[in-house]
This record gives sequence, structure tokens and C-alpha cells, in this order.
Amino acid sequence: MIRRGGRVDYREILSESLSALAVNKMRTMLATLGIVIGIGSVIALISLGASSQKSIENQIQSLGANLLTVIPSGQNTGVVRGAMGGGTTLTTDDAKALSLANLPTVKLVSPEFSRRFQVIAGGNNTNTQITGVIPAYASVHKTTLSSGVFISDSDLTNMGKVAVLGPQTVSDLFGENSDPLGQSIRVNNQVLKVIGVSVAKGGTGFNNPDDAIYVPLSTAQKLLFGANYLSTIAVEAQSQEVMTEAQDAIGYFLLARHHLTDPSEADFTIFSQNDILNTAAQVTGTFTTLLGGIAAISLLVGGIGIMNIMLVTMTERTREIGLRKALGAKKSLITTQFLLEAVILTLAGGIVGMIVGVVISYILSLVLNTPFVVSPPSVLLAIGVSAVIGIIFGWYPARQASRLQPIEALRYE
Amino acid sequence: MISVSHLSKIYKNDSVETAALSDVSFEIKKGEFVAIMGPSGSGKSTLMHILGALDTPTSGDYVLDGQSVTKLSDDTLAQIRNKKIGFIFQAFNLLPRTSAVKNVMLPMVYAGIDRQERQEKAKKALIAVGLGDRMDYTPAQLSGGQQQRVAIARSLVNNPAIILADEPTGNIASAQADEIMKIFEKLNDTGHTIIMITHEPDIAAHAKRVITVKDGKIIGDKKRR
Ligand SMILES: Nc1ncnc2c1ncn2[C@@H]1O[C@H](COP(=O)(O)OP(=O)(O)O)[C@@H](O)[C@H]1O
Ligand SMILES: [Mg+2]
Repeated sequence: MIRRGGRVDYREILSESLSALAVNKMRTMLATLGIVIGIGSVIALISLGASSQKSIENQIQSLGANLLTVIPSGQNTGVVRGAMGGGTTLTTDDAKALSLANLPTVKLVSPEFSRRFQVIAGGNNTNTQITGVIPAYASVHKTTLSSGVFISDSDLTNMGKVAVLGPQTVSDLFGENSDPLGQSIRVNNQVLKVIGVSVAKGGTGFNNPDDAIYVPLSTAQKLLFGANYLSTIAVEAQSQEVMTEAQDAIGYFLLARHHLTDPSEADFTIFSQNDILNTAAQVTGTFTTLLGGIAAISLLVGGIGIMNIMLVTMTERTREIGLRKALGAKKSLITTQFLLEAVILTLAGGIVGMIVGVVISYILSLVLNTPFVVSPPSVLLAIGVSAVIGIIFGWYPARQASRLQPIEALRYE
Repeated sequence: MISVSHLSKIYKNDSVETAALSDVSFEIKKGEFVAIMGPSGSGKSTLMHILGALDTPTSGDYVLDGQSVTKLSDDTLAQIRNKKIGFIFQAFNLLPRTSAVKNVMLPMVYAGIDRQERQEKAKKALIAVGLGDRMDYTPAQLSGGQQQRVAIARSLVNNPAIILADEPTGNIASAQADEIMKIFEKLNDTGHTIIMITHEPDIAAHAKRVITVKDGKIIGDKKRR
């Protein structure tokens, strides 16, 4: 007789494994649940991390491209005024000189003076950030208007009593969906006319660009607050690539103007958007790693659950294993069969967990109002990881099964 | 074809030693139909497990088809069981929840025979034992006699030289036992070597040679006809 083939029919082994798993559906499901939870939380947490990172990036980018920010660091103002932004060492003349210097890496210079203050309009009042700006501000910070016009050069020279409002401030003062153009607001006993409303950027917290009032720089300094210094000089660099060079060039220019030679004596600080982005990325990255670690532990627990179930299965099916060996099954085949069962369990758990994780991260993105980010690598990784867990935790029971002596196994009660 | 010499098997459990077989020697030629008789606990099953390459003797030699099988690896033994030996157990030992035809196909899966051939041969074997109308029944849906006939079909599909049966009628009603014995006689007529353990004289009467064991030793070896 001719024996054809001679190779193992893995399709048959697979279908046997599937029907073995189908025998005790409840147990199979419970064993898988650990993996579902593990993979699900890994996916959800990774995409939560990615989406919060994305939302921070978006928010920072929306404040302006290639942005460098110079703030006074109060080095020369003595003792307690050393706090960031508290100094008076930056002046309008510094900004003017910087602009006129035409540094090759610098595109636009925006001197700014801002202070939180009480604003009154009609019966309402609110406390908000009032920023004195020049026309270049809009370009540097990518501020666009939904209605009206921005602060102009003539507003600046005439010390115009005009204001551009952020959308949040509009609804705080005039109510939602109202048209404030031409209305008046009162700041520090001065009446300002609303000439524009900016487009929402979707920020939150202290430096929310949507909750702001923009007035001419001269108006803010002389009329409203009586100050002759700047709180910030924002600089737009020519491109992303020259950010560092621009930062250096501005630094040396200002040091020279302030008659300082040693950079460690600088009475200002320059930080770039990249610095902020990096810090934010670091924070969210640490957070994501931490959460991912916790999720990984739950995955480990799931894997141990699989191992436990496979050991129980092996004991229950000792007679069956003995019979298979008596009928000619080799060790490797028994190993394969049990490994396959474990991998099917974890893979099924991984796929269900992946779906659960994606759904959870979608819901989270809706609730937290963050972008919905699911990276394909993390999904593939989760599936790969669940298969590997099946192999690792299924290996020991499978090897135990394959080592059973057929006669011992057949006699097993 | 089968030659055992000075075979001994000693079970050690904690401090207790049980000599299940002691110094057993005999030969069985191709085409014989041998019954091994003896009271319960006399070592019959132990002997069959060694003959079936399911177990190894403590001492002595077992030569099957000119090859000593006492020192082979697990996988080689598995291959020998798969190709040369067909097992029939007292407790049938069918896979539960698995159809008759799938049970019969199992040794062929391990022999690496392709799906279609497996199917055809399994069906033929089941028809040969009179179960052509029970192919898709699971063991739970079959009587003891029918289950044992499925087991016989399974033992035959790889066309083994030797069929080993350990009390094949022990769990079966006597009317069905006769049918089983008729199948055995027919198999023996077509050239299969059959070694059958039993303690029932009227079952042993179907064999052509009867070896009697007691306390792990051979006390009788008679040929009939
Ligand atoms: N695994 C074992 N461990 C210890 N003793 C055993 C084992 N298997 C069988 N025996 C003993 O060996 C002797 C022969 O058993 P067995 O071959 O099953 O007898 P039979 O099949 O003739 O009834 C008995 O005394 C039995 O108790
Ligand atoms: Mg016995």
C-alpha cells in the first residue's frame, strides 16, 4: 500500500482544538475574559495617551507656528521679583530694535503686555486676560477673526479705545450667539469699543486664547495700566529648522542691548514652542507608560488564567491524551494541539479586547473632547502580544501533556 | 514476528514491589490467533501493554518484526503503535462527543494520510464491522457492542500486522460478544495476527492457541486444531 502525504493535517488538529474549546463554552469564555480585559485596557490606555498628546500638540500649535517667546526673568530687578514673567526688563524699545534689526532667522516680532483684569459690559462682568498687541500679533499667533477687524496701526498710534474679544469672553459678557460689534466694554474706568471677535481655538485653563481681550499695545500700557514695560515679546522664526538659531540670535541681540556679556546674567528667558511640546510630551509619555504598565500587569494575570485553564484541561483529558498517544500521536503533535488551544483562547481574547479597547477609547475621546487616535501598530501589537501570551502560558501545560506516558494516561481514573 | 524472552515487569509503589510479570518467554508467528487467559491480577494487561509498545519491561527483551523495541524513543514507539499495532480496549476508549467516523479516522491523522483517503477508509472499515448506518453517531449514542465495533474499525484502518485486544468482550452483552468474535475470526482468516486477552473460556475457544498466565508466569500454552 502506498502512503501518500505523511505530513500532519493541521486543519484537522485545528478543528479538533476548536471543538475541544466548544465543549465547555462558559469556561472558555471566562478564561478569555482575562485577556479581553488586559488587551482592552492596553489599547484604551495607549490611545488615551496618544490622543491627549495629540490634543496638547494641537493646542500648542494653534497658538502659533515656529513661535519663540521672550519673557523677562527679573534677574536685575532684585530679590523677590525673580518669578517668571514678573519682571519689567523688556521694553517696547527692545521689541522695536529687534524688529528693525532684521535678523535673517526672524520673521515677525510681536511685543505684548498682558494683565488679568475685571471687565464690565452692560450688567455683566468677568475677569479675563487683557493683552496689549500690535497688528503683527494676529499673524504670529494665528489669530483669525469671525467678525470685525483686528487692531490696526492707526489704533496703535492713536491709542485707540478699541478691543477685539475672544469668543468665550463674548459669551461671558454679552451671552451666547450675540453680536458684540460696536458695543462698549469698561476696563479700569475706560470705555472701549468692540471692533472684532476672534475665532475659537478650543483652549482651556489659564492662558485660554478664547477667553481674552486684545487692545492696542499703547492703549494697554499708557491708558489702562500705566506701565512702560512688556510682559512678552513673541517672535515668529522664519522656519521650524532655524528655531535654535533664531533663539540664539535673539538672545545675543538682547544681551547686547541690555549691555550684558555673560548669558548667565540674562534678564530675560527665551523658550520655544518645541520646549513646551517636549515637556508636554514627556509628561503625557510618563503617564502613558505608567498606565500601560498597569494594563500589562492585568495582561499577565490574564495569561496566568489561561495557563491555569490549560492545566485543568490537561488533567481532565489525561485519558484522551493517553489514547491519542496509543494510537500513534507523537509528542510534538500533542504539544501543538494544546498550544493551539491556548493560542486560540488568547487570540480570540485579544481580538475581542482590541474591539473593546477601541470602543472605550472612542467613548473617552467623546467624553473628554479629545481627538480619537487609534494607532494601527498598537492594534497589531495587541494581537501579536495576545498570541505570544498564548504560546508562553500554553507552553508549559502543552509540554506536560505531551510527556504523559500513554499507559499511565490510559489507566488514569 | 513477536518474540519475548525473559520478560519481567516490576511495579514499585512507595515501598511495595509488585512483580506483574516474571521471566516470561514465548513466540507468536504471523497469522496466529492467540488467547491469553488467566485470573484477574495475573499480569495479562501488563503483558499486552508491553506487546503493544505502550509500556516497557523492567528486564528481558521484546523483538517485533526483528527489531528490539525495549530501548526506542517515545516518538519511534508512537510510530510503531501507529503502523504495526491495532488496539482494542475493554473500555473501548473512543473519543467522547466525536462521531464514529472521526474516531476511526484518528490513527490515520497520525499516520499523515490525507483527508479524502481517511474518509474513504474509515467509511469502509465501519461498513466492514456492520456500522455503515451509524457513521455519524457519537459513542454515547451507541451500544457497548457497537462502540467496540467502532474500536475494531479504528484498530484496522492503518492495516496493522497485529491486533491486540484486552478483554474486548468484557463490557459487552454476550449476544454482541459473539458478533465481535465472528469479526475477529474473519480478520484472522484474512491474515491478521490477533492477540486477545480474556478470562472467559467460551471466548478463548475462538482462538487457535491459548496461553495461560498465573501470578505473572506462563503456566500453559496449548494449540488447538
Ligand atoms: N501501575 C501499576 N502499579 C502497581 N501495580 C500494578 C500496576 N498495574 C498493575 N499492577 C499490578 O500488577 C499485577 C498485574 O496486573 P494486570 O496486568 O492489570 O492484571 P490482569 O490484566 O491480568 O488483571 C496486579 O497485581 C496489579 O495490581
Ligand atoms: Mg486486565
